[in-house]
Amino acid sequence: MARIIVVTSGKGGVGKTTTSAAIAMGLAKKGHKTAVIDFDVGLRNLDLILGCERRVVYDFINVINGEASLNQALIRDKNCNLLYILPASQTRDKDALTHEGVGKVLDELSKDFQYIVCDSPAGIEKGANLALYFADDAFVVTNPEISSVRDSDRMLGILSSKSRRAERNEEPIKEYLLLTRYDADRVKLGEMLSLEDVQEILSLELLGIIPESKSVLSASNAGIPVILDEKSEAGQAYADIVARYLGETLPHRFIDGKQGFLRRLFGGRK
Amino acid sequence: MLNTSPILEFKSSTFFSPILILYTNDMVAIEQMLHEKINLAPDFFKDSPLIIDLRELNKLNLDLDFAQIAQLLKRTGFFPVGIRGGNEQQNKQARALSLPIDTVRELGNPIIIGEAQKQESIQQPPAQPEVVIVKESVQPTAIPPVPAASVLVTQPIRSGQRIYSSGDLIILSQVSAGAEIMAEGNIHVYNTLRGRALAGVHGNTAARIFCFDLQAELVSIAGDYKTSEDLNKQTYNNPVQVYLQNHALIIKEIA
Ligand SMILES: Nc1ncnc2c1ncn2[C@@H]1O[C@H](COP(=O)(O)OP(=O)(O)OP(=O)(O)O)[C@@H](O)[C@H]1O
Ligand SMILES: [Mg+2]
Repeated sequence: MARIIVVTSGKGGVGKTTTSAAIAMGLAKKGHKTAVIDFDVGLRNLDLILGCERRVVYDFINVINGEASLNQALIRDKNCNLLYILPASQTRDKDALTHEGVGKVLDELSKDFQYIVCDSPAGIEKGANLALYFADDAFVVTNPEISSVRDSDRMLGILSSKSRRAERNEEPIKEYLLLTRYDADRVKLGEMLSLEDVQEILSLELLGIIPESKSVLSASNAGIPVILDEKSEAGQAYADIVARYLGETLPHRFIDGKQGFLRRLFGGRK
Repeated sequence: MLNTSPILEFKSSTFFSPILILYTNDMVAIEQMLHEKINLAPDFFKDSPLIIDLRELNKLNLDLDFAQIAQLLKRTGFFPVGIRGGNEQQNKQARALSLPIDTVRELGNPIIIGEAQKQESIQQPPAQPEVVIVKESVQPTAIPPVPAASVLVTQPIRSGQRIYSSGDLIILSQVSAGAEIMAEGNIHVYNTLRGRALAGVHGNTAARIFCFDLQAELVSIAGDYKTSEDLNKQTYNNPVQVYLQNHALIIKEIA
């Protein structure tokens, strides 16, 4: 049985797709057979970030409609043979996603995969609701600004009331906070919320902080998930997150901003 | 054998319905005030049955087109279910709309919430109110009211979520901004209260709100409310209780 992870946020453009690609790759690199599904029907972003857009023949909707088999639609990643992508359709609208359809696809994938990562669209409408409905774990992607935190809070309410686990009265979805695009300098200037501020409002288990980093854009332009850029801070942050999710205990990094030369020299943080 | 399965049954039961007491016939003012009240507790008033009380209005000899007010109420999401204290003309209009007339029987039972409140609002209406919505017990037959159970919540209440208790409401976790908690009785929040808390929503003026850390968007007892803008800086971020005293909402630190 696979573990189903939804990457969700409510607010758009906070880094869900970047995160989905990174953690799916991270899990696969750790030896777990992983599928990542693009629920953002009509936009199709995930395949670009994973650099497989030219190999898309069939998509998620084709599988739901029975126009293609799962094996025909799944694309094996070029960097890691344990990672598979199920792309979204660019030509259909969101109504093509159905409850039974999504459930059937996830059931079938569950037989063969260890982790299924669902990249949710923004908003709190059908697509987002379907992406989280079957989840076991939720990665709540939040930027350090009040509107993003508010939307995450809203999403957490939906996670706890409108999921399959909630409907069946099962153990609730495990919720984790991923604070992304964190800019410690701007936090110090009071231009952004601090980790403390965000935690006070959301009180969630922190899986990791991903700093604002230019490497994210260059990685996505190159079609390589940023986690493979091991030199970049964002890449390291995602690697930490995958390790923590799999049970390792690692201290949180990137809270105080760039490690200065002197600090690196003498080791440790103050 | 004859089939003995029942066709229908009459049962007596107790239910609550808000009563709308009108003090003016100014339709614009009424509509504005209604919207204000509805915005305070949208879920509570949505599709709510409503009895229209015209006694005060008729005491003041203010003329009112009953059909017009009934229509306004329907438009704002209420279901008018009766009229009382109407004059001959108004009763006729009500009958034309299939609304029962003066059928609301009241019990002298002091346990019933709302009765005292109703008298208060009639005898000494708060400074020039245009509309007072009072939840009041409506008792087709006399049955002693059963005390409502309290509701206990241990999960965080997130933005967009609403919790309602027909008794007390006890919350162990935080209440987020954008969440709404309502109780006919008292509200206890043993954590941070950032959302909206409405106690005594059926008009129980003795209901109170207790919380560990007050950062609420709104607190209300029996319809009297304060928003975060009116909340005193001193009580903000502190453990407090909120209660009504002589129609004034008091927010006091719990020492
Ligand atoms: N840590 C980061 N540092 C810098 N830029 C980032 C970071 N994370 C994401 N971005 C940028 O933010 C933008 C939005 O990212 P992404 O597409 O992952 O968000 P999303 O939540 O999936 O958006 P949508 O809601 O539209 O699906 C992209 O341009 C991406 O490069
Ligand atoms: Mg996206």
